[in-house]
Amino acid sequence: MRIEPRQAQSVARTVLALVLAVAAALGICSLLILWSGASPVQGWILMVKGALGSKFALSETLTRATPLIFTGLAAAVAFRARLWNIGGEGQFYIGACMAILLGTDTGLPPWAVIPYLFLAGALAGGLFLLIPTLLKTHMNVDEVVTTLLLNFVVLLFVNWLVFGPWKDPMAMGWPQSAPVVDAAALPILMAKTRLHLGFVLGVGAAVLIWLFMDRTVWGFEIRAVGANPKASRFAGMPVNATIIRTALVSGGLAAMAGVSELLGVKGYLTTDLSPGFGYTGIVVAMLAALHPLGVVVSALFVAMIYIGADAMSRGINISNYIADVTTAVSLLAVLAALFFTKYRIKR
Amino acid sequence: MTTPVLRLSKITKTFGNIQANDDVSLDLYPGEIVALLGENGAGKTTLMSILFGHYLADEGEIDVRGERLAQGSPRAALSAGVGMVHQHFTLAGNMNVLDNIILGTEQLWRLGTRRKKARHKLIRLMDRFGLKVNPDARVRDLSVGEQQRAEILKVLYRDARILILDEPTAVLTPQEADHLFATLDQLVAEGLSIIFITHKMREVMAVSHRCVVLRQGRVVHETRTRNTSPEDLARHMVGQKVAHFTRQRLIPGNQVLSLRQISMAGKAGKPGLTQLNLTLRACEILGIAGVSGNGQSQLADIICGLTAPDQGEICIRSGTAPAGKPKAMIKAGLARVPDDRTGIGLIDEMTVMENMASEHYKAAPFSRNGLLNFRAMAEKTKALVAEFDVRCPDIHTTVRNLSGGNMQKLILARELSGNPSIILANQPSWGLDVGATAYVHDRLMEAAGKGAGIIVISEDLDELFLVADQIQVISQGRLSLPMAVDEVDREALGLIMAGHGPQASTQEDSHAH
Repeated sequence: MRIEPRQAQSVARTVLALVLAVAAALGICSLLILWSGASPVQGWILMVKGALGSKFALSETLTRATPLIFTGLAAAVAFRARLWNIGGEGQFYIGACMAILLGTDTGLPPWAVIPYLFLAGALAGGLFLLIPTLLKTHMNVDEVVTTLLLNFVVLLFVNWLVFGPWKDPMAMGWPQSAPVVDAAALPILMAKTRLHLGFVLGVGAAVLIWLFMDRTVWGFEIRAVGANPKASRFAGMPVNATIIRTALVSGGLAAMAGVSELLGVKGYLTTDLSPGFGYTGIVVAMLAALHPLGVVVSALFVAMIYIGADAMSRGINISNYIADVTTAVSLLAVLAALFFTKYRIKR
Repeated sequence: MTTPVLRLSKITKTFGNIQANDDVSLDLYPGEIVALLGENGAGKTTLMSILFGHYLADEGEIDVRGERLAQGSPRAALSAGVGMVHQHFTLAGNMNVLDNIILGTEQLWRLGTRRKKARHKLIRLMDRFGLKVNPDARVRDLSVGEQQRAEILKVLYRDARILILDEPTAVLTPQEADHLFATLDQLVAEGLSIIFITHKMREVMAVSHRCVVLRQGRVVHETRTRNTSPEDLARHMVGQKVAHFTRQRLIPGNQVLSLRQISMAGKAGKPGLTQLNLTLRACEILGIAGVSGNGQSQLADIICGLTAPDQGEICIRSGTAPAGKPKAMIKAGLARVPDDRTGIGLIDEMTVMENMASEHYKAAPFSRNGLLNFRAMAEKTKALVAEFDVRCPDIHTTVRNLSGGNMQKLILARELSGNPSIILANQPSWGLDVGATAYVHDRLMEAAGKGAGIIVISEDLDELFLVADQIQVISQGRLSLPMAVDEVDREALGLIMAGHGPQASTQEDSHAH
């Protein structure tokens, strides 16, 4: 037996492989549900109902998908350039911090506050990712390690802020910052739900990133440098500049997830603003095979599983860790499936 | 006639819808050297892989000295006395020759006594076949020719009576190759049999008794070597008469590129460069000859703009060019055909169209205001694909799916379409079949006719004799003075390639072996 590359890769085959992979993952998880003594069919029905079955459930799923779209895009752009940004979580909080730093007292006209906070947050997140990126381009320091470790640095920094200088005296002792001004709150899209404008912004960002990667000179350079940095340099492309640009875009997108979540859902900063959106964004990007529009779909899928798993675990009395297991197994299945779109096994 | 020692009968092997071997039969008799010829993809490698059990044949049988060989088992061939000398040596560089030969042959317990016995056997083999290598020398300190001898000894040590040599001269100087041929004569005189895989006609004529030509998986020609000619063999390999272009002597024009006193420190096992001087004129093809690994890639990297030399100057036309900047070289009108097509020449995950645009995507008409213009790219690509005969299903095919020849044509299309004034072609026909090689040569000569100055770096002297006007030899990071191609011969170049100056005496040369 040996493995050989396939002659042609088709979009149809890739999509089919992704669908089959997710089906296989659900199959494996069904066995786990069975093992814990419940009915998988009933479980999945409960999950779908819990995630999509009512206006409220749907709104919760879309709300949960919103930050995942941004962090998913952040990972997709960076990974396309083979810049392994594992620091989405840290950049998320950098964005959220900027929103608090500038958003509690802006002095700007109300219509300008939201764009201002998004831009400032994105800029801060991009610049923050430059630290590990410049270490990579100029000193060959592995960015997987540095971006990952910076997550903890940022989280501890936020911890210090909300327990210390930013602690809201009106919050009855809870470790949280003062809220942003009313003009900064993202408009709610559906009455009596939490679904906010951030979702639309996320989908818009996905379309823009897709056009950017596909149609612009800079996007072309990012794809080329990611595919083969040596050949790109040979062809006269600015390899380091491209990686730095990628970092600015990726860090910016992850930070926008933080801004969006803060302005759209909570309004103030806490250390549990993100239940790992930065890390889950990596999964989202991989599930989408790094395609920006696919990120929207896979963010919805992952959000659906997390929201639906709560309903499922209540309904049939199994742990809601089934959500983590399902996404993890899906990811593994998708990676295997994508491999088989590129290679085949020959006997 | 005696019975054959090796008989391949009616071997058929298909991969998907590719017929790799189609009813191939081949007999090898004692004391005979058979040359197995064919272009890339003709089925030589598949046939040998079947013999060594790496593939199972769909149909057909293999007999060694009248006994059926179990198929699909690499050990069967080895224990039946069939040995292969690979093009890329399979020796461990940090061990000495003797240990390399013991490795994988002898069991590792009681190594002391085994080593002593092994040394005796090895020395007997060396005396018998005239293969001199110091058994205690570390392999990495040996010359390439010596390493090859060690490799052959390794096979003989395992009592092989049938030797298969895969492109054995690719890494040798002409003198080393001649030495190898003498060894082969000695081996067959002792009754061994040899299959010699090659695509170099000169070697076929020099060393073989019989030749078998494969084309598209079939045996298309089989003859005694003395009854044939290189032209005849080439015709059978390609399937039609190879159009031989006549080289036009052009009068060289102005200087277009010069390197002055280029030096660079060696690193990571690569040799440095020492005070290279080179001058290239318009309409001139300058060949850089040399054995692989003598500084060719460093020289190419400098001219391509990939690395900056420690010292020295690169002048393009009348001005000094900034070193180490690929973009500056492209802007100065330098076309670069690299040796590593998928490593640096092309981005193999991207499409034919994207690769065609990879050097000029930033300028109109390929892009405006930072936005790519796919229509312009597609138009230009379609035109170039047609002009340069790049065979691909369509321009959105990923480059990974092209054959080596088509990859090279794609690179040529990209590089030559802008009518460059300077061309660097590093190993331009490496791994290409006869047809694609002739195409590459044609295009280079055509470019010279249009006024380009061209540097061709090649390890194949035949190629340089065919295309070059001037030849400089690179050896251990030094360049010889240029010699007009009509005034030098293979022997003289060989001596310089081996590191002997032009004045070195022949006595010194024989001493070296």
